[in-house]
Amino acid sequence: MNSEILGVVASFLITLLIAIPLGKYLAKMFAGEHVWTDFLKPLENGLFKLAGIRPGEPMDWKQFLKAMLTINLLWLVYGFFVLMYQDKLPFNPDGNPGMTADLAFNTIISFVVNCDLQHYSGESGLTYLTQQIIIMFLMFTSAATGIAAAVGLFKAFRDKTTTNLGNFWEFFVKAITRLLLPLSFVVAIVLAFNGTTASYEGKDQFISLQGDTVNVSRGPAAQMIAIKHLGTNGGGWYGVNSAHPLENPSYVTNMVEIISQMIIPMAMILAFGYFIRRKKLGWVIFGVMTVGMFMLMIPTISSELSGNSNLTKMGITQATGAMEGKEVRIGPLATGYWSTLTTIVSTGSVNGMHDSTMPLTGAWQLLGMMINGFFGGCGVGILNYFIYLIIAVFISGLMVGRTPEFLGHKVEAREVKIAALITLLSPFLIMAGTAIAAYLFNNYGDADWAVKPANWLNNPGHHGFSEMLYEFTSANANNGSGFEGLGDNNIFWNVATGFVLILGRFLPIIGPLAIAGLLAKKKYIPESAGTLKIDTVTFGLMTLAVILVLNALSYFPALALGPIAEYFSMK
Amino acid sequence: MKSQSNKLFEPALVKTALKQSFIKLNPKAMLRNPVMFTVEVGTLIMAYMSFYSFTYTDQGSFIYNVIIFIILLLTLLFANFAEAIAEARGKAQADSLRKTREETPAKVLSKDGSLTTKSSNELRKGDMFVCEPGDTIPTDGEIVEGLATIDESAITGESAPVIREAGGDKSSVTGGTKVLSDKIKVIVTTEPGESFLDKMIALVEGASRQKTPNEIALTILLASFTLIFIIVCVTLKPFANYANTPITIAALISLFVCLIPTTIGGLLSAIGIAGMDRALRANVITKSGRAVETAGDIDVLLLDKTGTITIGNRKATHFWPSIDVLPDDLIKAAVLSSLADETPEGKSIVELAAQSKVSISLKAPEHSEFIKFTAETRSSGINTPEGLEIRKGAFDSMRNLAQRTGNKIPADVEERVKTVSSNGGTPLVVAQNGRILGTIELQDIIKTGIAERFERLRKMGIKTVMVTGDNPLTAKFIAEKAGVDDFIAEAKPEDKMNYIKHEQQEGRLVAMMGDGTNDAPALAQADVGVAMNSGTQAAKEAGNMVDLDNDPTKLIEIVEIGKQLLITRGTLTTFSIANDVAKYFAIVPALFIASIPALQSINIMRLHSPESAILSAVIFNAIIIPLLIPLALKGVEYKPIGASALLRRNLLIYGLGGVIAPFIGIKLIDLVIGLFI
Repeated sequence: MNSEILGVVASFLITLLIAIPLGKYLAKMFAGEHVWTDFLKPLENGLFKLAGIRPGEPMDWKQFLKAMLTINLLWLVYGFFVLMYQDKLPFNPDGNPGMTADLAFNTIISFVVNCDLQHYSGESGLTYLTQQIIIMFLMFTSAATGIAAAVGLFKAFRDKTTTNLGNFWEFFVKAITRLLLPLSFVVAIVLAFNGTTASYEGKDQFISLQGDTVNVSRGPAAQMIAIKHLGTNGGGWYGVNSAHPLENPSYVTNMVEIISQMIIPMAMILAFGYFIRRKKLGWVIFGVMTVGMFMLMIPTISSELSGNSNLTKMGITQATGAMEGKEVRIGPLATGYWSTLTTIVSTGSVNGMHDSTMPLTGAWQLLGMMINGFFGGCGVGILNYFIYLIIAVFISGLMVGRTPEFLGHKVEAREVKIAALITLLSPFLIMAGTAIAAYLFNNYGDADWAVKPANWLNNPGHHGFSEMLYEFTSANANNGSGFEGLGDNNIFWNVATGFVLILGRFLPIIGPLAIAGLLAKKKYIPESAGTLKIDTVTFGLMTLAVILVLNALSYFPALALGPIAEYFSMK
Repeated sequence: MKSQSNKLFEPALVKTALKQSFIKLNPKAMLRNPVMFTVEVGTLIMAYMSFYSFTYTDQGSFIYNVIIFIILLLTLLFANFAEAIAEARGKAQADSLRKTREETPAKVLSKDGSLTTKSSNELRKGDMFVCEPGDTIPTDGEIVEGLATIDESAITGESAPVIREAGGDKSSVTGGTKVLSDKIKVIVTTEPGESFLDKMIALVEGASRQKTPNEIALTILLASFTLIFIIVCVTLKPFANYANTPITIAALISLFVCLIPTTIGGLLSAIGIAGMDRALRANVITKSGRAVETAGDIDVLLLDKTGTITIGNRKATHFWPSIDVLPDDLIKAAVLSSLADETPEGKSIVELAAQSKVSISLKAPEHSEFIKFTAETRSSGINTPEGLEIRKGAFDSMRNLAQRTGNKIPADVEERVKTVSSNGGTPLVVAQNGRILGTIELQDIIKTGIAERFERLRKMGIKTVMVTGDNPLTAKFIAEKAGVDDFIAEAKPEDKMNYIKHEQQEGRLVAMMGDGTNDAPALAQADVGVAMNSGTQAAKEAGNMVDLDNDPTKLIEIVEIGKQLLITRGTLTTFSIANDVAKYFAIVPALFIASIPALQSINIMRLHSPESAILSAVIFNAIIIPLLIPLALKGVEYKPIGASALLRRNLLIYGLGGVIAPFIGIKLIDLVIGLFI
């Protein structure tokens, strides 16, 4: 047990040790200051020239968003067709089929939006070609999109008054060349040398002790698994993701993967502080997110370690905690730790079955995704948090008797309107989606077009409800993990989550950037003793309270009917 | 006027407000407030459900539905009452001001010079009227000819008469005040019904009241919370169907009404009106609600030195005789030279001398010749029949005099003059027949308590700036002594303007007070410009507030009123949202307990039954509104303890308190309901 705790503590500390200097580096690098990776400049300049990008060319928030949306739309179209016709393309040693239109629709959106919800299994649903030129390619670009968007927000608050959010293309390219590619390179090599497959050959075969012939899928997975975590993507090479022994062979690779999915989200928060020259603000936000993370992680680990109460009632001792759906080589503690991180940072990769975790763990996983702002996905985490910040600033600004200000810019009706709409969006997408699913399940159980909703759920009752809720929550959070008891590869789930995915991705990027652009344009108001300082512990607590209350109020009934009811029923 | 009753609920006002509460149920009026509008929709649905449950039984008992309907209706009425009572109070306050301008006869001067008597109601802008001693001034106007002492006690409550005269910065007269002496000719400056007071009354009344920017932003936020809870409640129906739990419409609507921020939604407009009302009670007429709100954001305050920081004019504080002069000789000479001096400075010299032990005669020898102050001589004095020629004046003019008459200039006097100047004082040198006797020190007297007020402003984060015509040295001294942060010395009107513009360019909001026509551009430029009621019409038009008391320190009060307004909104929003936690714990188990008994575990308040839980929650939700009306009307206290400390304090009281209070309240109500069912 002690070594298990040590493993988790060590993982967290190593993450921190990497994230702090990385944050400083990112701030300097994106600000165009001199950094040691400047030797890559010729390469970037070549890329810029090739693509006709004029780096440093200012963009206002509308131009910035236009650039971001255009390139993402392009990938959507490109990926959709390649996935549908992948069977006609090379590098398909296992002879896997092309995707159905609805699955291709869902899959391409899922990867463009950095969610990686997978309604297929990588071994049989994709080819080596599409794994690389679609999946892995998008893992880089979607993470870079998020990071570039966040840097646009940073830029808005670096100067007192500006209309310039920086150049999207420049940020985007640099996020790949100066951050994602080098880091992925290192992580991929570590993974490959620790047993993650990296071969282009097709399925291998062996004869098991029972005498059965077993086919083992392989493929060039190590490089993809590196960016899958670094870019908080989460889409596995194999269907069972990082629970698969070839995707995550040992405790060491497990540590590498859990660390790599956390460092960029963490570093981006600190980078925000350094970039806008308010180091303390970065640390206060970091503090709030860390506290939030522990608030979800501690009860998760504790409920996993105390085991399944139904088994206890049967007189079965569970010395190692709840082991259903967990890998013995990883253990419940590291799995619990992973499950919290993967749900808060929107990676969505799993090293155990979330469906099998204890009911309350499920509630914490759901809540992590509903909040989606404790570190959060690459770049988008801080964008989500920014919305909470605006609401906290607004309410607390009033409470101290001044028109609310965010970093010297008045927060007025227009900004509040956008923040309010984005706040609304998540409950709307999650709850409306789940409500429609529940309605179909109840009233149209044998509708053929949706592949008989009555058969969707492996576990009816509260847990089945949680499965549907989880799917929509994961889609909205662009997380990608699932309560896999849900039969989700059918037209209803593919299309419904496809829409949730795309709305849940782009509106929460557009909203914060629009607010940032509008705020940055306003006259800068110097601080006075009457100004509410947002880099204080008090304001940090206020933000945390806003986050918790807002989410608790939005989701309490749903959580009560799902995991909470399940928990109390088991007691 | 100051003696206005401060009772929150005057029976007469309550009666009007009660009537208004029903009139305001009109859905058209309700639409202005999205939160309460949804409650009204819910109430209508419950009215239908009450009829429905009379014949069908699947939606709960008839009594239960009717009770929910009544509570929701009460919730609406309470919210309307809050707004109505705030309006009624504001109107009553304004009416009492308006009463001063009841119909009075006006002596109108026609173009041919003849006088006709008209009713004050018939006066139009541009009309000319005449007032003589004993006349009540019929309407607001500006003196074009003459000077009069006027009793303004009807407006300001101040009994001492004031002087108003044509041409100067104190040329405005207010309807309802009384001329005590002399005759003035006045031009009417406003059309009937368009005076500042009329505009203010319109601001308080529902129809033309415009939401302030912060109010709009808050309404948007509250509307979005309401939308979230619409989503929560609508989706709950299919969720419940999935869990095989029938939910009655009554329960669903109760949940919805409890969750949406009805507390702040119901009190929001009352808070805004009460803010303007508080300003009016401070005898400040605001031209828009926005101005009051902006006052809370002020960063820089421009204050005139004279009258605000210092009491009126300079006063003599010390006699400094030259080394070889007896103190008595200096004092006697100083008094003699000042006997005919009508300036406040001159009078103060006599006063100071009277306090000393020197016996002085307050009568000049007969046939004395008084020499008046002129800009050329820069001195004044007296020539007595005995041949004494006493002069007092600025040091350089006295030095010239001494040199002309062959007297030497004592070094100690020269030294003294310098010390006095550097101490912020004004030295007056006295000479008798050309011989310099010594110096009189004149000092500005800083108002008592003003330094503390500036300290308070500093804690609010407001920079105070003193505007004075004094030289920089004197200005600096007074500024330091009074504790202002900055000063504009030797100020010309355009200096004020430039200072304001400069601060605004740096993003700060500036408030100033002024009265003269000279001040008008600066008043218009300032974010909050308060014109004194005694000031010129131009100044009053330019500013966005008019202070009836002509009290220059009023700005400080206005800033606090503005801050209170925002704080009250913020804290009640926090309170309202924090309340929801407890309501969830009451209603959610109540909804599902029948089909999911395990959820009894989250009924942590151990409420009696599902029905009583729901009833307790809606009742709590309704009665919290009237309970908070006094707070909404009086405003949450503002404490200048720094923004973070204030946030901590308010979060603790209204945030944490808002989480805890309803747990207790709902439990208590449930205990009472338990007695009946």
